[in-house]
Amino acid sequence: MILSALFFYLFAAICVASAVMVIVSRNPVHSVLFLILAFVNASGLFVLMGAEFLAMILVVVYVGAVAVLFLFVIMMLDVDFAELREGFSQYLPVGLVIGGIFLAELLLVGGSWVINPNVAKSITSAIPANVSNTEALGLVLYTKYIHYFQLSSMVLLVAMIGAIVLTLRHKASVKRQNISVQNARTPELAMSLRKVSAGQGLQDADAAEWVQ
Amino acid sequence: MTIGLGHYLAVGAILFTLGILGIFLNRKNIIVILMSIELILLAVNINLVAFSTFIGDIVGQVFALLVLTVAAAEAAIGLAVLVVYFRSRGSIAVEDVNLMKG
Repeated sequence: MILSALFFYLFAAICVASAVMVIVSRNPVHSVLFLILAFVNASGLFVLMGAEFLAMILVVVYVGAVAVLFLFVIMMLDVDFAELREGFSQYLPVGLVIGGIFLAELLLVGGSWVINPNVAKSITSAIPANVSNTEALGLVLYTKYIHYFQLSSMVLLVAMIGAIVLTLRHKASVKRQNISVQNARTPELAMSLRKVSAGQGLQDADAAEWVQ
Repeated sequence: MTIGLGHYLAVGAILFTLGILGIFLNRKNIIVILMSIELILLAVNINLVAFSTFIGDIVGQVFALLVLTVAAAEAAIGLAVLVVYFRSRGSIAVEDVNLMKG
């Protein structure tokens, strides 16, 4: 028990500290690396809570995909990040005021909540005993919540197609294959027989027609 | 020294506040704003999983999985828009985004 409490405070402290570093760091690359640290520690918190599958998914999706995406974009864009930080101290007071109000509200709510004693009766799908977290999740995700699952796959599909369509660039200098034009080409269009008289060669008028 | 639901909710609340603060502090740098949104979604996920495991209802974890999906899609689309904007303007300062004069 004492060990799990110790690990909770370790993960929570590192998670919050790296979240602070994400928003105050001067270099966005450092921000991304601290974001990775925050997510890894959050997944540690998930493991402590007993949601192992989500913890692993958090590491795979965020560290493996989203953070690398951020890193690629930061490194490929030639941005002067020092210039982007100019208003930092100017926005600091209003940011602190709004953040303080927000935290105070959340802590007020957090200090006074009680769990409805009837909540145990209203559980829709209880976590089954003697079953691993992954299996318990799969038991409901593919049966009761299959429509939500498929809907989220549509969200991912739309995001994928959207990102490709947005960033794909057609350069005028690059020749591309046009299959319908290729299929419409007949021998009459592509070839012509000419009688070339000796010593004269191909006439200019013929050559112009040939190009067509 | 038992760690209860309140401890996890406190971590979630602090992370959420840090995300909000990050949006205000980095008004010009849209990349850090996107990272702050990811922090906010992480705080939401911590809350969902905490309630799910402490009440004993698996639906919270299902919903956290869906939030994770939407967060990944949002990051991909946001960064794609950012790349297109940088190509056309040569800068990512979000304060200058007033082309539409809305």
